[in-house]
Amino acid sequence: MSEPRIVFDNVSRFYGEVLGVNRVNLSIPPGITSLVGPNGSGKTTLMNLMAGLIHPSRGAVSVLGIPPSRPEELFRKMGYCTQFDAFPKGLTGYQFIYSFLLIQGLIPSEAAKLTDEALARVSMTEAAHRPVAAYSKGMRQRIKLAQAVAHRPTVLVLDEPLNGLDPMARAETIALFKQWGEEGRHVIVSSHILHEVDRISDQVILLSHGYVVAEGQIQGVRSEVKDQPMQILVRCDKPGLLASRLFEQDHVVEAKVSDDHRGLLVRTRDADNLYLLLNRIVLDNGLEVEAVAPADDDVNSVYQYLIGAEGGTT
Amino acid sequence: MTWSQIANQPWMLWRRQVAAILRLELKKSLFSKRAWWIYFLALGPVVITGLHSLFTNNFHHSLGEDNMIFAGIFQVYFLRLGIFFGCLGIFSNLYRAEVLERTLHYYFMSPVRREVLALSKYFAGLIAATVYLVGSVILSFLFISAHWGPVFSQYLLHGPGLHELTWYALTAALACVGYGAVFLLTGVIYRNPLIPAAVVMVWENINPFLPSLLKKVSIIFYLKSLCPTGEIPADGPLAVLATVTEPTPAWLAIPGLLVVSMLLLSYAANRARKLEVSYSE
Repeated sequence: MSEPRIVFDNVSRFYGEVLGVNRVNLSIPPGITSLVGPNGSGKTTLMNLMAGLIHPSRGAVSVLGIPPSRPEELFRKMGYCTQFDAFPKGLTGYQFIYSFLLIQGLIPSEAAKLTDEALARVSMTEAAHRPVAAYSKGMRQRIKLAQAVAHRPTVLVLDEPLNGLDPMARAETIALFKQWGEEGRHVIVSSHILHEVDRISDQVILLSHGYVVAEGQIQGVRSEVKDQPMQILVRCDKPGLLASRLFEQDHVVEAKVSDDHRGLLVRTRDADNLYLLLNRIVLDNGLEVEAVAPADDDVNSVYQYLIGAEGGTT
Repeated sequence: MTWSQIANQPWMLWRRQVAAILRLELKKSLFSKRAWWIYFLALGPVVITGLHSLFTNNFHHSLGEDNMIFAGIFQVYFLRLGIFFGCLGIFSNLYRAEVLERTLHYYFMSPVRREVLALSKYFAGLIAATVYLVGSVILSFLFISAHWGPVFSQYLLHGPGLHELTWYALTAALACVGYGAVFLLTGVIYRNPLIPAAVVMVWENINPFLPSLLKKVSIIFYLKSLCPTGEIPADGPLAVLATVTEPTPAWLAIPGLLVVSMLLLSYAANRARKLEVSYSE
């Protein structure tokens, strides 16, 4: 049996004459998937489409086989932490989570148990009985997160979930995402903080102007960007010698010795050939190699190559 | 839908969900700064009739005249203005206030059928409208004649008074049911409630001039027939408001109003299913 997926089938969404997203085809497997793109690229639109908060102008969305037009089924499996920083008036953090668990139809004892569990998960137990209106931005973010996960959903959609969190809370939250991803849940995250996206993502979806520019595992996406030579960092004892040998190859477009004279940054149009060549040069010249690693197959680099300065969100 | 399909619906789950939504909604519907003018609409006649009782002596008019004045207040103020605008404020805001406060998405992200949500909100609005507006009708009825003392008690407890009060309260409650359904629907469809409210108001007021079939597609048509005092003596435009052009017996008027309200509610629930969360104004 195939694994459950979140599927966008030729989905477009227009706001009047303004494009939200256009002709999106995606099939998102379990694990952590990051939506990356500048403001207005369509990240929130995609998330809202998944959750049924807005409807596609064309095409169809399904989440684990459930269309978002059936919220009574969808939200038994999905939790969505939106960007909206607003809460029903007059509720404490505890009441906020508990009330919406009761609305799910849970009996009070079960709702109370899940509320306590969710509060503990985001380290908000102590502040639970204070009014949400008195919370700091970070606490409001955490209580939203707790509300989204309280019913133990298998699909989590998190729009800028790290906004407003202090470094400690940020690290804890990222660890939580990783745990959920490893448990086989779908965790869909949008974030502007690319190095954090890079740390947690199993796959990325890059968006620009409402179009999906690239999707998949980041290394795979990077290798598809043919017009930008790959950067490979080699740490060795004779980087100058290595540079002179590599420059004999047509596919090597640049080689730069590092300031400490222990490293060489190579830009090549053919990474596979470079690795083979590197083996030969090392053997022929008796080089001592400490490390060989790609230097630009991270989200930040791919983002810069595909979306570039227009994004301005890094 | 067959009977077995209806029986197989998750009624217990829906009952729990309605109760949970009511808990949240009642707080908002009953106590809201935004609703100050609804309290004013409800309290206004209570204060005026109360003052009337305090500062009126019994030598210049009769209890019957007070009854007739109340009948006028009920038909012209309560039905045409107080309950109409009170319901506009309460029911239009059931969705609109959530959009303004950017909290509607929490309901939409709960595993609740949108129809169940719409009905729960309607019930919460109905409870608030009943407390304020029907309460106002009852208190005004009692206050306007309170200065008659034992004569009024006799009239209320051993005469036709209690029967009249019951019918006024029932008519006011049915007005809340009907106008509540109308304004829940307009609140679901339109962001700005004023234009649809104006259209509904015109429609309700031209009711006496409409053909017989169209008359029945309104709320006031049924309510006027239920007023216990019948026609009140009035001149000019007030006469048009008070005239019952096509008297309908209660056994027909009450089901008729409930059917119109249910049709409006069904349509509102259906529209609620297609609602999107968009907070940009």
